[in-house]
Amino acid sequence: MSPTSTLDWTAVCPLDRLDPDRGVAALVDGVQVALFVTGGELYAVDNLDPVGGAYVMSRGIVGSRGGVPTLASPLHKQVYDLRTGRCLDLPDVTLRRHEARCRDGVVEVRLRQEE
Amino acid sequence: MSGGDLVVIGNGMVGQRFVEALRARDHGRRWRVTVLAEEGRPAYDRVRLSAFFDGVSAEELNLHTPDDGVALRLGEPATGIDRARRVVTTATGEHPYDALVLATGSYAFVPPVDGTDLPGVFVYRTLDDLAGIRAHGAGRRTGAVIGGGLLGLEAANALRLLGLATSVVEFAPRLMPVQVDEAGGAMLRRYVEELGVTTHLGVATTALRPGPDGAVAGLELSDGSTVDADLVVVAAGIRPRDELARAAGLAVGPRGGVLVDATCRTEDERIWAVGECAAVDGTCHGLVAPGYATAEVVADRLLDGAATFPGADTATKLKLLGVDVASFGDAHGATPGCLDVTFTDPATRSYAKLVLSDDARTLLGGVLVGDASAYPTLRASVGGPLPAPPLALLAPSGESGGGVAALPGAAQVCSCNAVTRDDIDAAIAGGCADVPALKACTRAGTSCGSCVPMLKQLLDAAGVQQSTALCEHFDASRQELFEIVQVRGIRTFSQLIAEHGRGRGCDICKPVVASILASLGTGHVLDGEQASLQDTNDHFLANLQRDGSYSVVPRIPGGEITPEKLIVIGEVARDFRLYTKITGGQRIDLFGARVEQLPQIWRRLVDAGFESGHAYGKALRTVKSCVGETWCRYGVQDSVGLAVALELRYRGLRAPHKIKSAVSGCARECAEARSKDFGIIATETGWNLYLGGNGGFRPRHADLFATDLSTDELVTLIDRFLMFYIRTADRLQRTAGWIEALEGGLDHLRAVIVDDSLGLCADLDAAMARHVASYSDEWRDVLDDPDRLRRFTSFVNAPHVPDPSITFAVERGQPVPARGAPPAAGADRRRQPVALGLPEVRR
Repeated sequence: MSPTSTLDWTAVCPLDRLDPDRGVAALVDGVQVALFVTGGELYAVDNLDPVGGAYVMSRGIVGSRGGVPTLASPLHKQVYDLRTGRCLDLPDVTLRRHEARCRDGVVEVRLRQEE
Repeated sequence: MSGGDLVVIGNGMVGQRFVEALRARDHGRRWRVTVLAEEGRPAYDRVRLSAFFDGVSAEELNLHTPDDGVALRLGEPATGIDRARRVVTTATGEHPYDALVLATGSYAFVPPVDGTDLPGVFVYRTLDDLAGIRAHGAGRRTGAVIGGGLLGLEAANALRLLGLATSVVEFAPRLMPVQVDEAGGAMLRRYVEELGVTTHLGVATTALRPGPDGAVAGLELSDGSTVDADLVVVAAGIRPRDELARAAGLAVGPRGGVLVDATCRTEDERIWAVGECAAVDGTCHGLVAPGYATAEVVADRLLDGAATFPGADTATKLKLLGVDVASFGDAHGATPGCLDVTFTDPATRSYAKLVLSDDARTLLGGVLVGDASAYPTLRASVGGPLPAPPLALLAPSGESGGGVAALPGAAQVCSCNAVTRDDIDAAIAGGCADVPALKACTRAGTSCGSCVPMLKQLLDAAGVQQSTALCEHFDASRQELFEIVQVRGIRTFSQLIAEHGRGRGCDICKPVVASILASLGTGHVLDGEQASLQDTNDHFLANLQRDGSYSVVPRIPGGEITPEKLIVIGEVARDFRLYTKITGGQRIDLFGARVEQLPQIWRRLVDAGFESGHAYGKALRTVKSCVGETWCRYGVQDSVGLAVALELRYRGLRAPHKIKSAVSGCARECAEARSKDFGIIATETGWNLYLGGNGGFRPRHADLFATDLSTDELVTLIDRFLMFYIRTADRLQRTAGWIEALEGGLDHLRAVIVDDSLGLCADLDAAMARHVASYSDEWRDVLDDPDRLRRFTSFVNAPHVPDPSITFAVERGQPVPARGAPPAAGADRRRQPVALGLPEVRR
């Protein structure tokens, strides 16, 4: 399974619309994306909780575990590594990641699709 | 014995323990119990008597719990026993018995020296003695204690705490001659003298002399010297109180004490003796552990058991004048051929001695002065193989951590309550995960408490985590964090974690800190950085449901609602197509609201006079009520009025766990108040307050805390209870678990919030007053603030597009979440198809 970036960058919102450590949801080409700024880094992951099945990840609590930036699902508190999407509490569970960057004060997202 | 009337003479520690042991096993209620007590107060913890001078109240030392199957007659000492008629006489009447238990204890021995009857001379035996010492010591300068044993050193510390320059006079050449050897006594003396206590060893007191005012002024010693003392405590030993038994013609031991056999029965088959007044096979035991053992034996025998006295455990461990002193087993090496291993460390000022059998394999006893951390392990190992090499056991840094694991299963961990290591391990295997649970399950650690460190070690040995650290980001517990935030005046999570933690926080510590900040009144929960700390419920001021929608719960104080408001709720539910349900808390939940709908729904509700019900927070939820005297034929007070007032008073109060309450207008308890954190039941003359109940996973009835309170008294007690809980409980700890974990339980709580034993009450009252004065509705605050409102959007780049994943089916005429199968963990988690007909996304 190799992630590939198949779509173009989409401008989503001004960077200052993101509060540190608190997510927002965005719709990118019909896909719900959760966006975060933590520790000065920008992260984009799927808004779908892979365990609970609801689109809520943008409302999770951002933090760290052992130095790794993390996101906890607000449904049942599973914790994910924001950099890799790997679930730190359950084996074989992964949160899909997307690419995010900031250009001229505007946050842009590029979807990844897994083959 | 078959049962009948049981009379117990004495309500000291052992007498009380006997009654409890009997009552716990007498399922058929065979015995009607009458207890005759000399003192005016029920049994208290005499072992911790000195704590009285450290500010511990008499209430906290109380050991007695009311028992409607026991007639306790305080201040009614027995004056005689008529064995022929089987009657105990008192000043006010007669008590016939089928069985009689003597639990008269002992009295303080006062040597025959001139002047012991002077004003200002006391013994050290009862709370009244201590009250007398405190009263006489006020304003005086010097004090002396006759006797350098356990009790004498405790008394010396008491005098020191009263501000008196203190001397100790001991006839033997060392302090604590019974428990400690010569080298240990020398180490102990250094400690004691460094504290400013003067010691006179190897001398006797020959007379007490009065001053000009007629009260005691000093001691004359056998070496010709004198000691100034405006107050004297005689702690020269105890003697069994056997005068009733003697007068009734019962045999006594060679050194006094009611003579009993190993079953604790006297020569009269209907009379038994327990505790310090009993001479078991001729020997009196002046410690509580053997006393408890006799209590258990007699309780068992009276119910046809076959228990016998197992022999005395004379181990003692005390913190005297701040110095740990312990002695156990054959401390003086009286066993023929035994070997000593001693260890003296002048640097840490600790002394230790182990007495071993002649083959050096079996531990017989020992003495520890200065550092007694190895005591629990060592005491439990007496009579068995050494759990580690002697030096490893005694080295202060060794902590004998490996020793616990090596303890045999039959070793007694708690000798006060005869709990073995096997008992503890079984309790741990049965699910006890902390010391309070072990205490509740096995009674270990509930008497003298010296085995509590070993309970922790056994939990560790069993792999049970004991850390109080909140999470990997904070080493402090919730209570410690609360104090840090309060004392340092910290207002933000960033400052707190930078100065007292590490990393970026997580879903455990962030909501805890958010709650602490909210409890200390740092503004709206969504202000600034605080918004990022909140769990999603607090962040959206609504309850997250399984499909990502939220439920909205307006406050309906006391469950009382006008028809107009009821209609508004109905209209809002209809207009937003919300599933509507009346809950167990007498409120109406509206389910299925999307994030961007929340402010619109609140606007309608707030305009109609509703406010947030805090159904989302770890906060006060509801105060449920019955209709009380307003409508009910049986109600005796206005339960609705009180419930409404209490719910409004405590609305918005953030806590370690959600809090619920109820008020019932009579004992029929229609509001189910006893299943709440604080429940109130009306009486003819006021309110009864119950604390520490809950529903939930482990339901528990609340305990009666205070009776017949006026409304003002009631509110004051609840204020303090809630604030003390909020300040000191652990994360997600309910009030029930919090009270169980409090050292001293409900009695301690009573001392703190009724008697103000910690001097906290004014502070707690002020904190609650601030909360009540500063309350404002969180929903309205959001509606009034565009910055906060901005958070309530579905998508940052499409704020008017509803979340397409939230769709509904209809059940019983109402909307419920459409049951699409959620993706299973580990299964195919590819993108699910997005609903068709999606509104266009604006770019």
